[in-house]
Amino acid sequence: MRPESEEELARLVAEAAGPLRIRGGGTREIGRPVPGEVVETGGLSGITLHEPGALTLVARAGTPLSEIDAQLAGDGQRLAFEPMDHRPLLGTAGAPTIGGVIAAGVSGPRRIAVGAARDFLLGVRFVDGAGTVVSNGGRVMKNVTGYDLVKLMAGSWGTLGILTEVSLKVLAKPAAEATLIARGLSATEGVAALSRALTSPFDVTGAAHLDAATTGGDSETRVRIEGLEGSVAYRLRALRSGALPGWETAEGEASAALWREVRDVLPFAGRQGAVWQVSVKPTDGPHVSQALREAGIEHAALYDWGGGRVWLLTPDAGDAGAASLRAATRGLGGHATLLRASPATRAAVPPFPPRANGVAALDAALRAKFDPRGILNPGLMA
Amino acid sequence: MEMPAPSAAVLAKRDRIVERLRKLLPADAVIDDPAETRAYECDALTAYACSPLAVVLPSTTEEVSAILGLCHAEQVPVVPRGAGTSLAGGSLPTEDSVILGVARMTEVLETDYDNRFIRVQTGRTNLSVTGAVEEDGFFYAPDPSSQLACAIAGNIAMNSGGAHCLKYGVTTNNLLGVTLVQMDGTVLELGGAHLDPGGLDLLGVVCGSEGQLGVVTEATLRILPKPEGARPVLMGFFSNEIAGACVSDIIKAGVLPVAIEFMDRPCIRACEAFAKAGYPDVEALLIVEVEGSETEIEEQLGLILQIARRHEPEVLREAADADEAARIWLGRKSAFGAMGQINDYICLDGTIPVSKLPEVLRGIRELSRGYGLEVANVFHAGDGNMHPLILFNANEGELGKAEALGADILTLCVEVGGCLTGEHGVGIEKRDLMSVQYTPADLEAQMRVKDVFDPAWLLNPAKVFPLAASASRRIAAE
Repeated sequence: MRPESEEELARLVAEAAGPLRIRGGGTREIGRPVPGEVVETGGLSGITLHEPGALTLVARAGTPLSEIDAQLAGDGQRLAFEPMDHRPLLGTAGAPTIGGVIAAGVSGPRRIAVGAARDFLLGVRFVDGAGTVVSNGGRVMKNVTGYDLVKLMAGSWGTLGILTEVSLKVLAKPAAEATLIARGLSATEGVAALSRALTSPFDVTGAAHLDAATTGGDSETRVRIEGLEGSVAYRLRALRSGALPGWETAEGEASAALWREVRDVLPFAGRQGAVWQVSVKPTDGPHVSQALREAGIEHAALYDWGGGRVWLLTPDAGDAGAASLRAATRGLGGHATLLRASPATRAAVPPFPPRANGVAALDAALRAKFDPRGILNPGLMA
Repeated sequence: MEMPAPSAAVLAKRDRIVERLRKLLPADAVIDDPAETRAYECDALTAYACSPLAVVLPSTTEEVSAILGLCHAEQVPVVPRGAGTSLAGGSLPTEDSVILGVARMTEVLETDYDNRFIRVQTGRTNLSVTGAVEEDGFFYAPDPSSQLACAIAGNIAMNSGGAHCLKYGVTTNNLLGVTLVQMDGTVLELGGAHLDPGGLDLLGVVCGSEGQLGVVTEATLRILPKPEGARPVLMGFFSNEIAGACVSDIIKAGVLPVAIEFMDRPCIRACEAFAKAGYPDVEALLIVEVEGSETEIEEQLGLILQIARRHEPEVLREAADADEAARIWLGRKSAFGAMGQINDYICLDGTIPVSKLPEVLRGIRELSRGYGLEVANVFHAGDGNMHPLILFNANEGELGKAEALGADILTLCVEVGGCLTGEHGVGIEKRDLMSVQYTPADLEAQMRVKDVFDPAWLLNPAKVFPLAASASRRIAAE
């Protein structure tokens, strides 16, 4: 099914006889495999408003991300939360949509400095599981009128409703960027260096450590600075003479390429194995890798968000390390999502992290309210 | 403004409820003497007041859980209260309700600089969160005007903002985790020191839910390293339109100031008379503040001043030193106090798209003339969050007229693509206007969330949603 309007989508959902699989660009096949008839959002496409002076963009959910990027670039702006392109890592094709980015709550390296997809989402329109059109939030930056269903919809993977339109806060693309690089640090040393950078007043917008198994050579620790030309130069000097003594520098496009690599987890693309996305507090990042080592599980680790987001490449056999990772994140505080694995592994291991009992009960009750028949991507996040 | 009639059943068992509460808490943590409960009869929306059945002041999450469990069993409505600084009546009691105040819960539980967070009990005031970390070079970013007094609990309930959220975001963007006590006493942890939920973003919907989904007793907050410096610049313009266009151009240019504040002539004059900050007598005034090292400040201000000059400003005043910087902020920071000296006032909080500033300011002027009440404008221009102050005389019975003007102004905000409230919350104040912004289906979707968290509709029940919209749920729950 490929509805051409919000009304048509609402009717299709209201009349649906069975489960529906919601599909934007089809580039993020993540979570439990879902049964049901495919509903494509590609017919709900187009930017409906872009006001550069108000930092606002409104687009229908099926709008290709490339169209949004191009529109924003025309006015020197961008989506500041730096959404990951999952295609290289997952080996998918197709054109990612803005609805998919929001439904999957996708944010990149800059998330530590500016916030996640949910923080830039100002408003939503969606069709709930009963076929009712709901609007929440709006197109202004400060809005506390009623409950914030906007946040609830971001990262809900279509299980509460099918997004039809999103309003976003956008930001200007800075004039300059640069990256400071160190090689050969251990994960603990690397994360400590990232902490030093992130606790400095120098507005670091990227902080990553790629271990030796990830780079295939020396480990690499990277810190990104963005802003006006003079400001970037000043902060580079300040960091190199303080928190990050003697680190190498990459500027402009060379710097941008380093962060595309981190954003899209390119070192794991095309390599065999399962991929995990783990969230812990930054200094706990290396402990997650340690837990796998103690269980005798070989792996590569790419630390983003100053150590707080750990991408792991593990053997796609047995539970792919699930037991060790989930025990570790339970103990440390955090969670682990199985992002890429064979269908067999994804059927055996719940891809989304298990939730505490009381929280799981709220999840289930919310889904029952918004999708009483349980037809929207049923079980995807289970 | 109407509140539902108190439950006769609850009022009838008043003594038993108080007696049971006393068994759960230390003697000084339960207040039921009418002379003392009067201190809790209203918040900063002083036009409405009602003494509660009792007030409880717990010190721990366990006590909060026990209180809520008891009130749930007895079917007693509970109104959570932070510091009582809500401008929307968010903690206005009803006669049959227990006020649950978190004012005694002020501990810092954990400070972690490497991971850039602090965990506090939520009765702690906003400013004292920064106070706990500033010696080590950190701060907590959201800065509502009431930050000296307001509690983190209330900030989370209302998703409070402040003058500097253009760069740093509002409460929800700086909140990493909470301990939430549900109405039945269940204690839940949502989020933590890590980022993002790994499932549905329940933390995101709890923040800003106005104390209707649970009582937040502990919070993990993001703290940031303090910038090296900050400097404001003051600009005076010949018209509101020109000032509005200047704001838009600054934002478009790619310099993101930490704050862009706007005042119109009535507000400037009142502030000047009150604070004597040396403001020029212009039609519209902007205060733009940037942060960074000396070099970075120069670079940013250079760009900003270049843009401002294109708009032929009447006055451009850079702060040469800390003293001058403080004077530039002095008038703005005393705006509400200045207004209070002259008149009673209602402070509105609508947000509009920045591009609609001139149009909305014109509309407000016309409405103001029509009602014969003066309106002064002071607001966060960078993010379109307006604070029109409607001046009236309560002794001459002008409250009703002022409220009607307020409703018309907020309706105008919604009509141009904005919203009723940007950072104060709905409470009782904007409750009955919710239908201007939302369809019945939109409100239904929000009320479903309350059904899930608080099926009996006992937590702060008569707020946020128009009484008619929530009536069937509140009655069914009884």
